[in-house]
Amino acid sequence: MSDTAHPPDDQVPEDEDEDEFEPIQVFSEPTAMDLRPGADNCYKCSTCDTNCPVAEVDDEFPGPKFQGPEQWRLKRQDDTDIDDSIMKCSNCMRCDDACPSEVPLSQMHNTARGEYVDTHMSKRSIEYWRNRLLSNYRLMAHLGSKVPRLTNFVMGLRVTKLFNEKVLGITSEREFPEFATETFRQWWRTRGGARVTNPDKRIAYFHGCYSNYNTPEVGKALVRVFEHFGYEVLVPDQRCSGTPMYANGMLGDARRAAETNVPELAAAIDDGADVIASCTSCSMSLRQEYPELFDLENVETVSDNTWDALEYLRVHEDLENALEGTAVDHPDVAYHAPCHARNQGLDGQAVEVLSAIDGIDAHDVGDSCSGISGTYGWKDENYETSMAIGEEMFEHMLASEADTGLTECPTCSMQMEHGTGYSISHPLEILAEALVGDASEAGAA
Amino acid sequence: MAITDDVLVIGGGLAGATAALAAAEHGHRVRLLTYKQSTLRHASGLIDVLGYTLGGDGPLSNPFTALEDLPERHPYSLVGREAVRDALHFFDAVVGDTYAGAHTNVNALVPTSSGSIKPTARYPAAVAPGLASDPRDCLLVGFATLPDFCAPLAADHLLDTGVPFDVRGVTLSFPGIRRDDAKVTRYAHILDRDEGVDIGRGTTSARAALAALVREHLEDEARVGFPPILGDDNHSVVRRDLEERLGVDVFEVPSGPPSLPGMRLEDRLYEALEAAGVRVTTGVPVVGYEATDGRIEHVLVDRKGQDVPYQAGEYVLATGGLVGKGVRSDRDRVYEPIFDCHVDHAPDRYDWFDGDAFGDHPFASFGVTVDDDLRPLTADGGLEFENVRAAGGVLSGYDFAAEKSGSGVSLATGFVAGDRAGAEVSR
Ligand SMILES: Cc1cc2nc3c(=O)[nH]c(=O)nc-3n(C[C@H](O)[C@H](O)[C@H](O)COP(=O)(O)OP(=O)(O)OC[C@H]3O[C@@H](n4cnc5c(N)ncnc54)[C@H](O)[C@@H]3O)c2cc1C
Ligand code: SF4
Ligand code: SF4
Repeated sequence: MSDTAHPPDDQVPEDEDEDEFEPIQVFSEPTAMDLRPGADNCYKCSTCDTNCPVAEVDDEFPGPKFQGPEQWRLKRQDDTDIDDSIMKCSNCMRCDDACPSEVPLSQMHNTARGEYVDTHMSKRSIEYWRNRLLSNYRLMAHLGSKVPRLTNFVMGLRVTKLFNEKVLGITSEREFPEFATETFRQWWRTRGGARVTNPDKRIAYFHGCYSNYNTPEVGKALVRVFEHFGYEVLVPDQRCSGTPMYANGMLGDARRAAETNVPELAAAIDDGADVIASCTSCSMSLRQEYPELFDLENVETVSDNTWDALEYLRVHEDLENALEGTAVDHPDVAYHAPCHARNQGLDGQAVEVLSAIDGIDAHDVGDSCSGISGTYGWKDENYETSMAIGEEMFEHMLASEADTGLTECPTCSMQMEHGTGYSISHPLEILAEALVGDASEAGAA
Repeated sequence: MAITDDVLVIGGGLAGATAALAAAEHGHRVRLLTYKQSTLRHASGLIDVLGYTLGGDGPLSNPFTALEDLPERHPYSLVGREAVRDALHFFDAVVGDTYAGAHTNVNALVPTSSGSIKPTARYPAAVAPGLASDPRDCLLVGFATLPDFCAPLAADHLLDTGVPFDVRGVTLSFPGIRRDDAKVTRYAHILDRDEGVDIGRGTTSARAALAALVREHLEDEARVGFPPILGDDNHSVVRRDLEERLGVDVFEVPSGPPSLPGMRLEDRLYEALEAAGVRVTTGVPVVGYEATDGRIEHVLVDRKGQDVPYQAGEYVLATGGLVGKGVRSDRDRVYEPIFDCHVDHAPDRYDWFDGDAFGDHPFASFGVTVDDDLRPLTADGGLEFENVRAAGGVLSGYDFAAEKSGSGVSLATGFVAGDRAGAEVSR
């Protein structure tokens, strides 16, 4: 039937009989939640499918409509198991953004993936341990950063790569991100912590793993920028945000991390701080996935008080005026909005903000997904899919008048670098340069 | 601090994108803010202005003469016939040669995937060689893994409508696709990238493989119609490549959702927005507002838990109808969720639809009522707010499915709302 001839009009107001609603438990612990109303909202328009970057390049992947509402319905018959294709979903959350009917797709995927790993994946399999290793990046990073030079050396060795690929299924195509010789937290301690005290303007920085262990310059930039605006910066104890864990169905690990993060951040909020993240997957996790997946005390408080760094400054400071007349000496940048920035309405933000600074031109490279999606593109079996998804972004970057990349997401930046050879900055670094000047000049050490 | 612009357009469908582009022509700072994706992802990509009268007469040959007979409160009547024309010219300039139909006032007759004929004012360039008024014989190609388009059936239906040419349909298997439910984007991607596909005797490029398959079935038809999957980013290259390989014209037959032609149009519009310097924010909804003295001060945008204020001088509400969620309903009422603008509807929900499934359903034209400046009106006819205009699916007073006027109304009202908002800021 063609809908061109008879475009189905808006739905007839539905006769939802609330009295008849009985919650049915489908997925078991650790996240026994009822997603029936969400599944019922799906009217099979397939908009989500047309947005799924994995389905676009991988013929084997059935797509979000199947992973979400259809699988959910199938699962209600006890003899149907979760389909193993759920492990091919990269958790980019694009389908969420697409659905006109507000079906909570990514929540369904996360829940199903958790159940799949719990009940179907052997805890003795290499795949399980590989995924656990990848998703518990912080543990590796923690050890690695103790002896960063040695780790960088060992990780770069061919034999290590071969071992990783042949034994663990971690692709040898990628370069392991280098560990910084000094982590953000070490720098923070050496520096003596905050240089501004201000009971009226406080932020708690959620640095996440990557800017702590790999790119402390992003964290330092954040501190300089916020101190410039007179904020007292707190750096509470914290663990991984959980993003890589959801994507690997390790909901137990993610919950344990949340059990540290939520009380620590809630305490900072109690002290008058707002929570600020520099990674858009971290802020997405604290804002959306925590309350969706974990029923923890204060989880809503943390969600309600978490911000992206630039977003916060735009709303609480006159950032545009502050940037007026500033200049940086920076090559033009090709900006990629990470999927998790897009989902938070932050897609145009970096380009808008940076346009106020002289000496830099930011070109948006369009709305394709970078394809790496955290740990996804590290797995041997996903590497090609990941690069096929990223192809469009690489092409747009190479075609733009820029030879440096810009993004908020650490794994997107790995992919951008991997696919184009560009070096990649974070918007906060450029902001710091414009507002405070060079790190050395500012005496930031 | 609110995030501040001159004009804020809420909703990123055809109406919103057009409004933002029209407002930007005045040289102001314009932002388009949109939540979920628009109905363009479902729509055929055809721009229907008016295909049938309210009484169901048609197909209409000249939609412009028929505009005169529409009721007073129809959106077209409010903006006037000249504005409809201006809006189409504006659209033509935005889409350039990716669309056809600008050369005439008369509706084109487009064969659809069910084999019916649809009257439309503008159509994608890829649809042009397939028009029903063209007397050349035609082969329709469908794919076993794409059940939405049954080519032999569509061909039979077309013959029944009395088209002035001969048409046959064949069903083939698409090179490189095995899944029964592969996504349309997968087909497009294979062709866009001309991926290597396994055809049993080794690997070959997808377009060559597809052309070879089709050539076997081509007799002396001068044109071949495919479902609308011929590439996305490289759509025109894919089509030209197939034409060269086949030596005949190649066209797409518009079909139901999800629809690549709609997505391509969406891409076009967003490219134009970027070129016009419109700031775009996606993925988050407007959830409330602050107003003083009948003017909106700012709206509140829910950025995953944060209510962030967005401020502008003028606002355009282009949030769509019941599907786009610009109009919502619960058991007791039908309402416009952002500004709670008045939506006229019967108090008893059983009067919202007709007993007959194909009857004249009041819900089909639920929406906000506006004055001839497109500003929403209260129940007693006063202005809801001075600086808000509404456009597209959120408007009442028309039934796009029955009239075949969906995109035309979005375009015309979007254009007028955006243009007036821009002019108002300039004053
Ligand atoms: C299946 C189908 C087939 C069709 N076929 C045709 C056809 O062949 N020819 C034709 O001419 N027309 C067709 N149409 C109709 C045409 O597509 C629509 O009339 C037109 O696109 C409506 O555009 P719009 O911009 O008013 O609304 P929409 O496209 O619905 O866009 C509204 C946007 O507003 C956003 N929004 C809603 N609430 C908020 C909020 N609170 N905050 C921020 N954003 C919000 C939504 O997420 C959405 O993106 C078809 C429609 C459908 C559904
Ligand atoms: S976009 Fe939403 S309503 Fe449409 S098929 Fe996907 S889940 Fe269902
Ligand atoms: S989260 Fe991304 S990869 Fe997973 S189903 Fe949704 S769109 Fe596809």
